[in-house]
Amino acid sequence: MKKPPVPLLQNGVRADGRSPDQMREIEISVGVVTNADGSAVVSYGNTTAVAAVYGPREMHPRHLSLPDRGVMRVRYHMAPFSTKDERKSPTPSRREIEISKVLREALEPAVMLEQYPRSRIDVFVEILQADGSTRVASLTAASLALADAGVYMRDVVIGVSVGIVNGTVVLDLTGLEDQYGEGDLPVGYMPNLQKFTLLQLDGAWSREKFLEALSLAVNGVNYVYQKARDALRNRYMSIAEEIYGR
Amino acid sequence: MASISPYGKRFISYLRREQIKRLITADARLDGRSLDQLRTCEVRLGVVKTADGSSEVRLGKTQVVAGVKVGLGQPFPDAPDEGVLVVNAEVLPHASPYTEVGPPDEFAIELARVVDRGVRHSSYVDFKKLAVEGGKVYLLWVDLYVINDDGNLIDAANLAAVTALKNTTLPTVVKSENGVKLDRENRVPMAIDVESVPIAVSVGKIGNVLFLDPQFEEELSLDGRIVLTYSRDQIVAVQKTLGAFSRTELEAALELSKRGREQILHCLSKVF
Repeated sequence: MKKPPVPLLQNGVRADGRSPDQMREIEISVGVVTNADGSAVVSYGNTTAVAAVYGPREMHPRHLSLPDRGVMRVRYHMAPFSTKDERKSPTPSRREIEISKVLREALEPAVMLEQYPRSRIDVFVEILQADGSTRVASLTAASLALADAGVYMRDVVIGVSVGIVNGTVVLDLTGLEDQYGEGDLPVGYMPNLQKFTLLQLDGAWSREKFLEALSLAVNGVNYVYQKARDALRNRYMSIAEEIYGR
Repeated sequence: MASISPYGKRFISYLRREQIKRLITADARLDGRSLDQLRTCEVRLGVVKTADGSSEVRLGKTQVVAGVKVGLGQPFPDAPDEGVLVVNAEVLPHASPYTEVGPPDEFAIELARVVDRGVRHSSYVDFKKLAVEGGKVYLLWVDLYVINDDGNLIDAANLAAVTALKNTTLPTVVKSENGVKLDRENRVPMAIDVESVPIAVSVGKIGNVLFLDPQFEEELSLDGRIVLTYSRDQIVAVQKTLGAFSRTELEAALELSKRGREQILHCLSKVF
């Protein structure tokens, strides 16, 4: 493993000045793609994901529809200009195909697909710029776009990442920390139902570090969840103002 | 390319699913196993003579063949002194009535990538020892072939990959007109740290009951599933592949997976 260009953690301060349990600056706006039934832009620092939801709409091709429930289609994709070094090929990589799958499986427990037989709900997520934690920013954006579309849901799903840097568990990894850290644990969590729907891990983790990281992730989720609620509320307050006037 | 809910392709009747659910909630299973019991496991090394390392794993009726081919090539720029591991998985059309001919789908890709992460983040293979002269390194191509899918492909494929790597010998590197090439007639052993072998253990959930090694029909009835990969006492890979888990359930899954790991290690002790 090569050494990082800057120290990742010194005296409890990370390379970008954060403490280990601190999220980056978070920006969330809902209803940004006017043509979509629901949409959201979520930024964790320099990571930006834009999600658009179309549906529920008719399933095409029809033989893939289900008689007792709806079908969800999720696409995670990175823009060619979203990476720091070379241009990323726009062809979906094996990584993007895997992430599309885990995002779908992270959203499905929250969405009441049984309410939409024979239909399909499409969720498209595009990473505009990437600086670590892209799949969890995508998950937050996707679940807010679904909520914005008025799809029946049991809860929203909020994503945050945790990792190990110099032996310390840290919240919300940057690209640098992901590349040079000792471990990476993206988490998706339903804050009201208190259940994990996305859980991946690599690196080398003891059982204690793993459980500590889960607690830190839940704290991060609750923090992002408040911002997400505000963003959803703002969106509907502005619609209410439009209709009823001030 | 997007990921679509796959339930239309693979399904099980409501009656059968209810039966499996009733059994599981009474701590019983279709094949008479207990909840923390794996199916019989069998490993044969060196089944493919043309490969540089190979093995065949049977976990119950699930059957996976792994073949390793060694190549020479350029290292990744961020690890110039380390060998390269490439894991690919193919679920053959032989494997089940639900499998189609074609390039690896998202299940096969996920299967390969979960196995890859386990090997990569354990110190089972010493990648530093796979660098050769002239800026070149050994490339390890691990191809996982699923011959028969009777459920729990990840545990079986991981076992096939690690045993095939154990069986692998490296062709020696000899000088040629333009640099170096491989001599497959002369071989040297590959450095493997048997103690760090990565073991993937899948934990299935039906209702709120957790159990090990779901077979095919149980797999189609699952409400949740998580794969935990251990190397020594460290967790080196996790993949939740279905449903939602509470923290209590995750802690129970950690405990249960340890018992699965012991059984797989016991199975490995016959060939290691």
